[in-house]
Amino acid sequence: MANLTLVQAINLALTQEMEADSRVILLGEDVGKNGGVFRVTEGLQARFGADRVVDTPLAESGIMGSAIGLAMGGLRPVPEIQFEGFLGPAYDQLTNHAARYRTRSRGAVTIPMTVRVPVGGGIHAPELHSDSPEAIYAHTPGLKVVMPSTPYDAKGMLISAIRDPDPVIYFEPKRIYRAFREEVPEDEYTVPIGKAKIVEEGTDLTVISWGATVLQCIEAMDNLPEDLSIELIDMRTIYPIDVDTIVESVSKTGRCVIVHEAPRTCGFGAELATLIQEHCFLHLEAPVQRVAGFDTVMPYYKLELDYLPDAKRIAAGVMECAAY
Amino acid sequence: MSMTTTDPGVNRPSAALADDILLGWLRKMLLIREFEIRTMAAYQQAKIGGFCHIYNGQEAVVTGTFAAINDDDPIITAYRDHGHALARGMDPRHCMAEMYGRVSGCAKGKGGSMHMFDKPNWLFGGHGIVGAQTPVGAGLAFGAKYTHEVLKRGPKKVCLCFLGDGAINQGAFHEAMNLAGLFSIPVIYIIENNGYSMGTAIHRGTTMHDKLYKKAEANAIEPIEIDGMDVLNVYDKFKPYADMLREEQRPGFVDLKTYRYQGHSMSDPQKYRTKEEVGEYQDRDPINSLAHHVLSQRECLTEDEFKALQKEVKAQVKEAVAFAEADPAPDPEAELYSDVYANPQPNLSPIRDYVEGAKNPLL
Repeated sequence: MANLTLVQAINLALTQEMEADSRVILLGEDVGKNGGVFRVTEGLQARFGADRVVDTPLAESGIMGSAIGLAMGGLRPVPEIQFEGFLGPAYDQLTNHAARYRTRSRGAVTIPMTVRVPVGGGIHAPELHSDSPEAIYAHTPGLKVVMPSTPYDAKGMLISAIRDPDPVIYFEPKRIYRAFREEVPEDEYTVPIGKAKIVEEGTDLTVISWGATVLQCIEAMDNLPEDLSIELIDMRTIYPIDVDTIVESVSKTGRCVIVHEAPRTCGFGAELATLIQEHCFLHLEAPVQRVAGFDTVMPYYKLELDYLPDAKRIAAGVMECAAY
Repeated sequence: MSMTTTDPGVNRPSAALADDILLGWLRKMLLIREFEIRTMAAYQQAKIGGFCHIYNGQEAVVTGTFAAINDDDPIITAYRDHGHALARGMDPRHCMAEMYGRVSGCAKGKGGSMHMFDKPNWLFGGHGIVGAQTPVGAGLAFGAKYTHEVLKRGPKKVCLCFLGDGAINQGAFHEAMNLAGLFSIPVIYIIENNGYSMGTAIHRGTTMHDKLYKKAEANAIEPIEIDGMDVLNVYDKFKPYADMLREEQRPGFVDLKTYRYQGHSMSDPQKYRTKEEVGEYQDRDPINSLAHHVLSQRECLTEDEFKALQKEVKAQVKEAVAFAEADPAPDPEAELYSDVYANPQPNLSPIRDYVEGAKNPLL
């Protein structure tokens, strides 16, 4: 066991998967010599060579497209897109092609590719460097979308993603890259894609979140009345959706607050709220509440603190739902 | 750059090829032409849905270039892809059934005209987004080079990545060329330069339209220009070029000048060109040229044998159409929710679980 940050856990998973399988290769902007803009791939080019950790031109469509070709040809590429906003130039390759090759070729061609993407706000960066576009990709059949929030899950889910035969977008909440440490086993292990985690059990109200906001939810719970028993769920995987865990929890508590950074309208929370009303209608004691980003372009620097759901807003949402 | 046009007598590798090989090319080109004629008829009868891009006039491009490479070299192309599928060896029955949207199609009737995949023959698809295949082609070649050099498996390969002249103006292609030049990736970009981006003549949409090779040179790629109306010329110019790129494991760019006789798609009124212009190219028809060569120059085929060959090809395509007509449509129960994921784990769709589909007929 080692006490690792999220960044270190990801680096360890990449190292071990590259050791285990020479088909795994990394490519992206400054991932090699510089170790990536967030130093996630630090030391990997020195260890595995420039053939396997490839510094690419600044060309996201080229990176994504050539990674698809590598995957088609039998390799296991792990491209890095430097910030979630830069998925824009790669959008055609990712959604029009990577996601669809299997259907288009009716099972002949599959794309075992893991796209690593730092995601979300909280680092005082402007839009395109602070966005939360997970719902867009969850709305794309053919892709899988994950967003771990702890070092343990980050390592185990990255290994699962690399080994998965389908294209996986692996979102890394950049705000908590180095926010805290956690015991992470030295050996390889997997955390399954598609399974949510109950962070804390409770009986009165379910809070569902993912990514960096899970930490805000934990902080919010510290300031709630002690007799209000909250069940906190970290989705970990956006798509496939772990419907069973959600339905079981909300059927028990009858109340649910969904927390995410992305703009509220048509956010992933909207899909969850719909599923909850479909599956838990007769158990519900209150409307499903959403505490989310606003329907604006992600604001820059200090203003982002007003945009992001913080412990205070989450607590207010929980109290409103509890009092209904 | 290697400027080459038709210059008979000088370095003609095709002269050393056996008669059977040239007769095989003639058969292949006749097959593509006949297939497309039947495709147009079926489209007009609304048997084929969606959009349909006909290859007539460009047959020498795939025939000559494929003859110059190995069967396990990967190929990737755009949406005018029936010729590529047939030239790579796809059974015309599976190709026609795909366009009819039937279960025996190469993609079980769900990909359609623009998405011909034939993995056993190393054909990685047609693509419906202009230029999208160009970085993917770089990746296929990059993977082949990595497999050979790092994993120490497999031979030296080249990937042929086809695109139309209109696709030159897509950003993805410039990213792909830069990557290929930078990393010395053995992808050969073959511009099927038929002079039109849909309805826009090349000089109206593309800078330096008569010096496209300079765009390759700007990316450290050594280019070549080839007249694509004569299959012998395509082979003679392309074979040594592809051999060199395979040996040296670096990229290529071929400005392959060709012409399409039909419109961009089946719904093109063709207001942008004259019948006379089409006629000028039809006078240099690639099938007639090769037929003339084998009948009158090599004299390895008689008029009677040629007629028999044409008849045989017509019968084969007719049979492919009958096969497609008789083939059932996909069963929605079995096929609507299959083949989306390789690992169709539960809850991928809250509506319904994905299932394994029926086996792809080509696998």
